[in-house]
Amino acid sequence: MKTPKIKLPSIRSRNSLVTSFLALIFSLLLGMVVILISGYSPIESYKAIFGFSLSTVKGFALSLSQATPLMFTGIAFALAYRVRLINTGAEGQLFIGAMAAALVGVYVHNLPGLAHVSLALLAAFVSGGIVAGLVAIARVYTGSNEIILTLMLNQIIIFFTSYLANGPLKPPSSGVGQTERILESAQLPRLIPQTQLTSALFLVIAVAIIIQFILDKTVFGYEIKVTGQNLRAAQVAGINTSRVSIITFSLSGAVAGLGGAAMVLGVNYRFVEGFSPGYGFAGISIAALAAYSPLGVIPSALLIGILRAGTITLSRTTSIPVELVDLIQVLVIIFVAAPKLTQSVVKIFNSLTHKFLKNAEPVGGENS
Amino acid sequence: MELVRMEKVSKVYPGTVALDNVDFVLNEKEIVSLLGENGAGKSTLMKILYGMTSPDKGTIYYKGEKIEFKKPMDAIDKGICMVHQHFMLVPAFTVTENIIAGSEPCVKGFVNMSKARAEVKSLIDRFRFNINPDIKVENLSVGEQQRVEILKVLYRKADIIILDEPTAVLTPQEVNDLFMILQQLREDGKSIIIITHKLKETKALADRVVILRDGKLIKDDIDPDNVTTKQLSEMMVGREVNLNTRRPSTSIGDVSLKLEKLNVVVDGVPKVRNVSFEVHEGEILGIAGVEGNGQSQLIEALTGLCNPLTMNMKVNDIQIQGSSEKFLKAGIAHIPEDRLSMGLVKEMSIMDNIILGYHREEEFCSKSGLLKRKWIRSYSSEIKDTFGIKAPNVDTSAGSLSGGNQQKIIIARAFSRNPKAIIIAHPTRGVDVGAMEYIHKKLIELRDQGAAVLLISADLDEVRTLSDRLLVMFEGEIVSESMPGELNEIEMGLLMTGGHTMVESEVKS
Repeated sequence: MKTPKIKLPSIRSRNSLVTSFLALIFSLLLGMVVILISGYSPIESYKAIFGFSLSTVKGFALSLSQATPLMFTGIAFALAYRVRLINTGAEGQLFIGAMAAALVGVYVHNLPGLAHVSLALLAAFVSGGIVAGLVAIARVYTGSNEIILTLMLNQIIIFFTSYLANGPLKPPSSGVGQTERILESAQLPRLIPQTQLTSALFLVIAVAIIIQFILDKTVFGYEIKVTGQNLRAAQVAGINTSRVSIITFSLSGAVAGLGGAAMVLGVNYRFVEGFSPGYGFAGISIAALAAYSPLGVIPSALLIGILRAGTITLSRTTSIPVELVDLIQVLVIIFVAAPKLTQSVVKIFNSLTHKFLKNAEPVGGENS
Repeated sequence: MELVRMEKVSKVYPGTVALDNVDFVLNEKEIVSLLGENGAGKSTLMKILYGMTSPDKGTIYYKGEKIEFKKPMDAIDKGICMVHQHFMLVPAFTVTENIIAGSEPCVKGFVNMSKARAEVKSLIDRFRFNINPDIKVENLSVGEQQRVEILKVLYRKADIIILDEPTAVLTPQEVNDLFMILQQLREDGKSIIIITHKLKETKALADRVVILRDGKLIKDDIDPDNVTTKQLSEMMVGREVNLNTRRPSTSIGDVSLKLEKLNVVVDGVPKVRNVSFEVHEGEILGIAGVEGNGQSQLIEALTGLCNPLTMNMKVNDIQIQGSSEKFLKAGIAHIPEDRLSMGLVKEMSIMDNIILGYHREEEFCSKSGLLKRKWIRSYSSEIKDTFGIKAPNVDTSAGSLSGGNQQKIIIARAFSRNPKAIIIAHPTRGVDVGAMEYIHKKLIELRDQGAAVLLISADLDEVRTLSDRLLVMFEGEIVSESMPGELNEIEMGLLMTGGHTMVESEVKS
């Protein structure tokens, strides 16, 4: 602050992209403070988290593979939200999709690789879609609450698939609840050997692009937009809002179903009981982080993937508790999902710097 | 005696000067009518007086003493009260409970209901309000609810009562009752300011008229007895206006829209009973009636938004039924009654709003289901220019426009599709004189191009001026059909409130 021409203080926070970026910075800074208060070194912990995740091939692959299922469920939530329906059923749709893919992978024989994989994906897509579609029909025609319905359905699906994995489908030699291993023809290729990064990543990016395209460029996407933003105006405009809502919600469930298939065909090679540590629900905050944009889900999920991958090294190389990483995740989501909060932080920051500059140097900082 | 003096009051909102050096004076025992178009600054001026917002410049004196209101409670303490356009009543509460809410007489934390009731009763008797203090507000008519609102401010010992568009929701009879009450209040020593853009009523009621335009004071000492409504409207708009001049159709053609035996039942209650009518090409058929007499259901049936019990509807001899999509495709344009909530998606751009309802037409949508973005852009830019929608470009979101421009989007959308028939409900509700004139002009243009127009409005002047034929709807039935000019305003008003048997016998005799 030696030169009189300082053009630093005021940060414009109108642009939502800028706001999101600032939110990220704030949450990381706040995370540092918490780590410091807890008696650990913030620099060391961030180095451990990001150093591994971002600067090693293995670490980045782990980040991506951690992010992949979150991308599916994030897109699912974002899509349903476009017609203002809340899909809390991604978890169940993930499980039914995984089971459908496993059944095709294990029991359909004599198919060439591409066909086998496609059939398994299709089975997951359809089963996830049907489960969500039933909820949407109940919602549209009887006014039932989709949140309650999907939450209940989650339990039914998770226990039912659990029963299958522990009962009729369980291999005789197995000690845990799981199905037989899927045939090699149904397995998704791994992109980097000895990592869990599979070609499912390309699949989910393609899904994001297609859905974004539908929303932005097609007449159906236009009808989704109108239905979501003003239901009554949509009806006046001759849009069959029931149909639009049901199709959109089914598609949302289908995408979550694909996420389950990706886990079975790419990572575990079989349906394993309890394979998801809550991917379905994590998708909600990821969609919020992405401002409900399907394409935006990809980087949002990657960010969370990086943090999750970071926890693994953190616990291996330092004594810092991994819960602190969860805390950072939560902070990111709170700040991004509440742009007003970020903007008010910016305001406080601006007024403080103004005051500071005025006191330090009477001429400086008059721009606003 | 002078009660209020506002001197050189200015208020700037981002982008607009709402008030520019306005002086305003209110005397004791006076009814002042504050006239002006939407955005002229009437509401801002009154909000400043009522403490809802503070002026950027200027001083306010109350009984000679300089005052600064920070919040409405400060104004209420001085006896300045406001009756808002939208009533703030609790339907499940009785009249008394609504009136005392917020300033209940208390004894040790309990409400002293008998005292409250007695006070309310004495107010009602004193001003001859003719309302039962124990009846629940949900059982009252709109006019009675308004009286409760006025009682509320009287209970708070108001000396100055500001009424914001008090007649917008009332029937002609209710307007008369209200005016009697207001005159009674003036006799009792109260001063009243009414914000309005209805000229006839201003002339009938006010002692003095104040006109604002574009945030400036135009004139503040108009004697309503010495001006015509035409002069008043010209002072409001700042140029010559042509309202209330009839332009009857010159070429009424064949039957275009034919409706037979429409019956609509909602939750077991018949809302529309046996309604049949025909609208010809090049004709405006007006339906007058007090709101809530089945007009909404009639409109919904005619646009495919509800499932009528029985209906036979034809446009150019083609039977139409089913969903709203089919009605739109058949060439029936619809300008909904609640335009902003039913006709517009605020978050979407002007461009996207202009194709709403027509978005599946080949012109805008390819066979593969892709929107023809380039064409939509140039199409909507053209419409934006022809209809004079004021916005930087067609990507601007509809929600960021002024109310008048939002209305224009909805009207432009329907009118540019060359509809065979158009159903337009309350086309000028909440719009100012300038916009009203514009909408009327466009409606007549459309009719002269051969469209069949069905106009549903609660504004008697409007239906009487525009219509080539007039129906009156009461409790779901068509109770009268007449040619314009055949019935006078009082007869129409009687028909609208169920006095049709009386009028019919008079007309026949």
